[in-house]
Amino acid sequence: MKQEFTISLFTEDHIGILGQITIILTRRQINIDSFTASESAVKGVYLLTIVVKTTSEMIQKVARQMEKLIDVLKVFVHTSDQIIYQEIALFKVSTSGLMSGNIIDEIVRTYNVRILEVSPEYMVIEKTGHRSEINELLVHLEPYGLLQFAKSGRVAITKQVRELSSYLKEMDEANRFKTEPTMN
Amino acid sequence: MYMKTEKETEPIMAEVNGIERITGAEALLNCLVEEGVDTIFGYPGGAIMPVYDKLMDYEGRLLHILTRHEQGAAHAAQAYAMVTGKPGICFATSGPGATNLVTGIANAFLDSVPVVFITAQVVSSLIGTDAFQETDIIGVSMPVTKWNCQVKKSQDIPEAVAKAFYIAKSGRPGPVLVDITKDAQLEKLQFKYKKCDYIRSYNPHIPLHTKALESAAIMINHAERPLILAGHGILISGAENELKEFVEKTGIPVASTLLGLSGFPSNHRLFTGMLGMHGNYGPNLLTNEADLIIAVGMRFDDRVTGNLKKYATKATIIHIEIDEAEINKNVIVDVEINNDAKEALKYLTALVKPNSFEKWIREFRICDKTEYEKVIKPETKPEEGELRMGEVVSLISELTKGDAIIVTDVGQNQMYAARYYKFKHPNSFVTSGGMGTMGFGLPAGIGAKIGRPDKQVVTFVGDGGFQMTIQELGTILQYKVPVKIVVLNNNYLGMVRQWQDMFFDKNYASTELINPDFVMISKAYGIPSKKVWNREDLKSSIEEMLSSEEAYVLEVAIEKEGNVFPMVEPGASVSDIRLHY
Repeated sequence: MKQEFTISLFTEDHIGILGQITIILTRRQINIDSFTASESAVKGVYLLTIVVKTTSEMIQKVARQMEKLIDVLKVFVHTSDQIIYQEIALFKVSTSGLMSGNIIDEIVRTYNVRILEVSPEYMVIEKTGHRSEINELLVHLEPYGLLQFAKSGRVAITKQVRELSSYLKEMDEANRFKTEPTMN
Repeated sequence: MYMKTEKETEPIMAEVNGIERITGAEALLNCLVEEGVDTIFGYPGGAIMPVYDKLMDYEGRLLHILTRHEQGAAHAAQAYAMVTGKPGICFATSGPGATNLVTGIANAFLDSVPVVFITAQVVSSLIGTDAFQETDIIGVSMPVTKWNCQVKKSQDIPEAVAKAFYIAKSGRPGPVLVDITKDAQLEKLQFKYKKCDYIRSYNPHIPLHTKALESAAIMINHAERPLILAGHGILISGAENELKEFVEKTGIPVASTLLGLSGFPSNHRLFTGMLGMHGNYGPNLLTNEADLIIAVGMRFDDRVTGNLKKYATKATIIHIEIDEAEINKNVIVDVEINNDAKEALKYLTALVKPNSFEKWIREFRICDKTEYEKVIKPETKPEEGELRMGEVVSLISELTKGDAIIVTDVGQNQMYAARYYKFKHPNSFVTSGGMGTMGFGLPAGIGAKIGRPDKQVVTFVGDGGFQMTIQELGTILQYKVPVKIVVLNNNYLGMVRQWQDMFFDKNYASTELINPDFVMISKAYGIPSKKVWNREDLKSSIEEMLSSEEAYVLEVAIEKEGNVFPMVEPGASVSDIRLHY
């Protein structure tokens, strides 16, 4: 049975790594639901967060194929309950629509949104949360003249205790052990 | 990737004074010398000219073999690697030179062979402009290389090449590609070389999974019908002796994959033959009777497993495999041992009890007898009718006493060579397994002979595959490569015709070949050649070929519609293996 998985993939700064990762998903006909990339807590190491829907059997296979890539440091696969995650959405809504509906107060209080810009023509509203909350707000705003809508990919923090830095340390230690004179 | 900032890549002028600076092209060749390379297969062209220009200065240290097509260079380099255990080296220019390599790269990738491909690229200022002979070979080769990178600055060449060699050779080996721009080849640098032995994000040295090995040992000690599946990993890790010791201590019968052949002696009493679609009867049939399967250095390819739902139906499976991504990929296993075959087998041998499985082995013997009567005897010892591929291979096996290196093309010739040659020495079988690349045989034969000039190298090709890379006869002519080529000519694309025969109502669509006179073609290239039609001439002709000091092309007229058996039909279970039509 297919379910949602969040892949947290730590990689070296290698041009083309994105291509190599998407090739693995493409070959298995897995769609990317969302994708974000940024530098991680460790300098020079990048964190890609990829959300996909697939079976638990398949996610293990593709995760191993990703970890096999030379420049990939570590791949973690999590189900949604194993991570704390957020997405951010921006809504551009007609000001007149919102004013006539008199709902600004309600939206700010209920959805905990921020108003980023107000002009006579439109307002820009920011909402951070899970996809379901964002979708709910989207439905709510729609009747008031939604002009534009943009949403980010998922960013996630794992609940696990062990951090990437400890894996990196382990890798460096393995290297020190390995380069003893016995190696050619 | 070597995308250092501009500041970092600027040469430090203070250090330049008094120190000799060389071009990127020279640096590349120096790197190869440092890595112990002595032979390069390649083909020049515009963008790689600076490298070829300097190659002349390395005479006596670096031998360059000019093939007749880049694909030929790629296959030759792969075969060279397979018989020498050293990485193969292959050069090509940008654009078409690079794209012509792709089949060869993919072939080496699927068969885990270390080949370092060096391609030239247009000058860096032109990259991305669709310049003359510009191809994005990094993008094109991405899915078929273990690793690739582009170098645009000469001082990044040593590090890139060092990394390429380390990645190609270590762990599960594979092809790597370094794409070097023409300006980087010409630009000067201060050369300093340090071999690579560590990449933070890549650790091929996996500590032994001792717990898993201990569980495996317990299972082995309690098994009643165990079977070892030995793959290419045995040869890659150099575990032939470890396998033999493990087998002889435990008394467990061994079956080999196609690429695992020659990793275990074919005449050993515990060798049961080859697995897979055209493998032997016993190991296929009895895979579904085994209660324990110990798979070592293999990846459960679909040609080995047949229908996965009906594969190893009664067995617990132990999988020793260095590439973690291969474990649980096709077959879900019970014990995962993500380790090098040699280290794991050595550890395991100490843990297992001496044993013997005479009753179980008798079942293999019964299968052998059936297969011999129904398939092997009529194929290798026919008394009448036209010549058969099996008898040619079998005779060459006898006359070379199993000491030759056997190279094959793809198709029926390949299956017959695999089935009927009796291998005695490790790394004496060179074939295109995963890709099934027709045209592999001739250039691979050249690469194998250049890698092992001390060995008799016999290449089996069909009339179809021979013509896919036939121009490489020119390479034999130019470098006097004394490789022996046996053309098994049935005037058909035999394997495709066999499938048309069996699964497409004998609708022989585009499989019949009107062939040229191969003897005349060979002679035009200055290669002695002969065609055999009759059984009585076969032995003497083979002897003449084998005793030739030069290359030799022996064409054998084979019965037109012979089929390879046994066969596990596509989609069928290994235990439904068919012995005849």
